[in-house]
Amino acid sequence: MNVLVDHFDAFAGGLWNTFQYCVLAAIGALILGAVAAIFRISPIPPLRWVGTAYVTVFRNVPLTIVLFFSAFGLPALGSNADFLRIPGLEKIVPRLGIDLPFFRFALIGLVLYTGAFVCEALRSGVNAVPAGQAEAARAIGLTFTQNLRHVVLPQAWKAAIVPLGSVIIAMIKNSAIAAFFGVLGELTYRGYNLIIEDNEPAIPTFIGITIGFLIMTIPLSLLLDRVERQRAVTR
Amino acid sequence: MRMKRVAALAAAAALALAVGACGDNADSDSGSSGTSDVTFEAGTTMEKLNKAGKITVGTKFDQPLFGLKGLDGKPVGFDVEIAKIIAKGLGISEDKIEFVETPSTVREQVIQDGKVDIVAATYTINDKRKQVIDFAGPYYLAGQTILVKASDSSITGPDAFKDGTKKVCSVTNSTPATNIKTYLKDETTQLVLFDVYSKCLDALKNDQVNAITTDNVILTGYMSTNEGLYKLAGTPFTEEPYGIGLKKGDDKFREFVNKTLEASFADGSYAKAWADTAGKYDTNAPKTPTINRY
Repeated sequence: MNVLVDHFDAFAGGLWNTFQYCVLAAIGALILGAVAAIFRISPIPPLRWVGTAYVTVFRNVPLTIVLFFSAFGLPALGSNADFLRIPGLEKIVPRLGIDLPFFRFALIGLVLYTGAFVCEALRSGVNAVPAGQAEAARAIGLTFTQNLRHVVLPQAWKAAIVPLGSVIIAMIKNSAIAAFFGVLGELTYRGYNLIIEDNEPAIPTFIGITIGFLIMTIPLSLLLDRVERQRAVTR
Repeated sequence: MRMKRVAALAAAAALALAVGACGDNADSDSGSSGTSDVTFEAGTTMEKLNKAGKITVGTKFDQPLFGLKGLDGKPVGFDVEIAKIIAKGLGISEDKIEFVETPSTVREQVIQDGKVDIVAATYTINDKRKQVIDFAGPYYLAGQTILVKASDSSITGPDAFKDGTKKVCSVTNSTPATNIKTYLKDETTQLVLFDVYSKCLDALKNDQVNAITTDNVILTGYMSTNEGLYKLAGTPFTEEPYGIGLKKGDDKFREFVNKTLEASFADGSYAKAWADTAGKYDTNAPKTPTINRY
């Protein structure tokens, strides 16, 4: 188990990089998923079609393929993902601002993929709200947006917490795949490199990687448990 | 009633799968069996391989001129020819060699795990690798160099990266990747590593990086398959001796492979191996290197 002590900075640096990547991807996926969910439940058919198409494509294509298209297809279309070089964010996450676009591409890929699952998790929450609520809202004359904002979404949120938590935890684990597409600082990649290049023993290194991921996912699970206990549908 | 039908269907499916699996082994039984007119000392790896009549060789499947898998599923190239020479010395015929793909990242692991008997995959000999595996050879002397787009004349050598604006791509766990780090101003903004070279080529084609760095023969191979698009920038700035990777501590086998290589330098089979593969693009026969016995 010396590898954990000897190469602690590699593990810690990798964990920090993965944490940054996951936080950014989670924010992006929640926003994109929320928009897609609203599209899917909207009364305007074209919006529904767009939402359904997005979810159908990105839930069924493996993440590796999505990242592949993101890392090698986007440049072929002429994009360097420069729109993600947001000035304030660049200071906190330096990898967003560098010329090498692979971190941004990996971010786009993971956000698109996870957004589809977030959309479905939110929609399952919306469906859990009794139909009577939406009907009553319509009866008192609320528009669709008011309906969503004041009646449905506050109640849907409680039911959606658990599936959403699972989706975000799965996303944290999926972040390891980005290592195959030019993102070099991640925890899994660093650990794997220790085994291959420095010939460290494999099992202690993988235990180190596992501890890293548990450090990220266990607090998230505990937080979700607490939120669920306060606001859960079942009491 | 329903369960019986389901069970019958499952049994039929399992039977079909088993028959299908049997069918694949048919072609490996055809062809001549290993010649046994060479004998080896009892207990050595050579004797084990000769008796088994087959050998597993790790090589590259994506390296033009050195190890490239064709549409028929068989790899061709200089490394492949060298492996065939070694197999011939063991008394194993060509069609009994099983080629396994070993990208740069996994070459040590497959030897340590015993998944292959030897590795001939543009494998540079260096001390770090010698800690976990042994090398026979060298059988070829390559050098690290840089590949750029044909229209790019701003990079003439590794010093072009010192100002921090140029980006370079290489492959994980390769000596060129470690070497180029010393020429870079800032590794995080200038270096990107992938697991295979084809991704580096895509990145260069799309201008995500300005250059690819690895051994000159690998780059020449990619130039040959992409006529006119790329060129080498400058001259080789390191020496990369290619060796045959084998299990650590197997000194008798290493000595045998070394002797086989030396014999091939002398009797013309080495020159023929070059002429049949990489020699079609680079007609200069390589200088036969001196075997390093350590």
